[in-house]
Amino acid sequence: MNRRVIFVFAALGGVLLCLPSIANNYVLSVATLFLFFAYTGQAWNIMTGFAGQLSLGHSLYLGIGAYASAALYFHFGIGPWAGLWLSIVLCGLVGSVVGALAFRYGISGVYFTLLTIAFAEFTRIGFDHWDWLGGSGGLFLKVTRRDQIDLLNLRGTPAMFYYVILALAATALALSAWLLRSRAGYYWQAIRENEEAAQALGINTFRWKMLAVVTSAAMTSLAGVFSAFYYNNLFPEQIFSINRSIETILGPIIGGIGTLIGPILGAALLTLLADGVTELVAALGWEVAGVKQLIYGVILFAVVTLLPHGVWPVLARKLKVSR
Amino acid sequence: MSMLLDVQGVSKSFRGLRAVGNVSFEVEEGAIVALIGPNGAGKTTIFNMVAGALRPDDGEILFAGKPIGGLRPDQVCALGIGRTFQIVKPFAGLSVLDNVIVGALRCCARVDEARAFASTIVDKLGLGSKRAFPVSSLTLPDRKKLEVARALATRPKLLLLDEVMAGLRSLECDQLIAFLQEINQRDGVTILLIEHVMRAVMALAHKVIVLHHGKMIAQGSPAQVILDPAVLECYLGEETLL
Repeated sequence: MNRRVIFVFAALGGVLLCLPSIANNYVLSVATLFLFFAYTGQAWNIMTGFAGQLSLGHSLYLGIGAYASAALYFHFGIGPWAGLWLSIVLCGLVGSVVGALAFRYGISGVYFTLLTIAFAEFTRIGFDHWDWLGGSGGLFLKVTRRDQIDLLNLRGTPAMFYYVILALAATALALSAWLLRSRAGYYWQAIRENEEAAQALGINTFRWKMLAVVTSAAMTSLAGVFSAFYYNNLFPEQIFSINRSIETILGPIIGGIGTLIGPILGAALLTLLADGVTELVAALGWEVAGVKQLIYGVILFAVVTLLPHGVWPVLARKLKVSR
Repeated sequence: MSMLLDVQGVSKSFRGLRAVGNVSFEVEEGAIVALIGPNGAGKTTIFNMVAGALRPDDGEILFAGKPIGGLRPDQVCALGIGRTFQIVKPFAGLSVLDNVIVGALRCCARVDEARAFASTIVDKLGLGSKRAFPVSSLTLPDRKKLEVARALATRPKLLLLDEVMAGLRSLECDQLIAFLQEINQRDGVTILLIEHVMRAVMALAHKVIVLHHGKMIAQGSPAQVILDPAVLECYLGEETLL
């Protein structure tokens, strides 16, 4: 990587680090959203981008992670730093059930994807009827003082939440980079490219695919915990919806599936795009219902058609850095 | 001489079509054995059964005295059998070197060790100048060499080569023959190969096994086998094999 690129990355990192002291709350909330998608995108990317197992049901792990920690806090007053372990363990378990079912019985490709959707959907329906967790009426966490930082219970200012999600996204990047250069990264990519050949080289494909699913699920659960304490409300209809799964994967798809920077770049572009379109529509006075979504959709369509491998691989070539 | 691979009465049918019927042969430790025969003789099916990709309907396959019939491919590989695929199966999105590193990781505990080991193999197979290339940019002969490199990187005791000479120019073919002789003699890798290029079979094989319609019709030294009337008969229209 050349000096100029390192400088640009360092500068961007610097801006992210001091953003709360220079930006207003609106910008901060947009940045928080960007980092949230950068984080979930990276978590999904491990399973689908690295190991090639297409999941369209990541809202499952988001929802279970969110509900587990929120329930502990709501019913027993147990804070999220203790609760997140339950979220991680539960999502790891659910992930391993999905993985074991699929990989043991040879469900692969689109059928695997359907299975991930099915799990997310019937879990949503189950939670809709689980009164202890509020059912379809939702679970609400008590909002105490917004101006005081209580990091222990994840109650506090937008800046605190911003730093929490920034730390998560940065950790996910470091973890992804490390994984990609480790045995797991090589094995996952081999399985993604040709599972039969991978197996012939001595790779226990079942075990390594399971590791990818469980890692991805456990990481996504933390995004769920964050989401629960950031928004303070949970509805099965929202958190388990397929829309959440699609939001999760848009970033990596636009940015570049299977790359390190792709999910982050994609999340940034999508956040800027969504905001940009809103501003544009307002400026032009076109505020007709649906026009925003239409423009957004057309732009996404254009990006996917023109850059089928995402933006980052093209950009990386321009900057002469490895992907 | 101890037998490294012992195939005993192995059969395999696909929907009633008998691909391999009651085939038995042995591969001695340190030998180079060639499986030849017309298309559809069942050669690749035998390979797939040895490598764990197919489970034999009948019979027993022993590797170093241990039964391996019905094991998964990764378990077979872990015991020391490396294979190539007739229809090459590279990891297309990865570089040449990374493809070989995946194989080398079977024996190397650390990634940097695997990288160093893979690097020497890539050099030996003449792919050194292309190590950083994506596999998608390789020609078919280079992809065949990559198959060999990847299988060798797992440090096999027995190497199964499925038509690796096909499509190679004669100079490349000779280079690969010399390379296989070297790993056989110097590193003691036993080799079982399927091959249509008779030039390679004659140069390499200590023993040739001839299959036809899933049955073994002859075995012996290359010189014996090409004069065998049953063998000449099955290669219809060919007076001699050379």
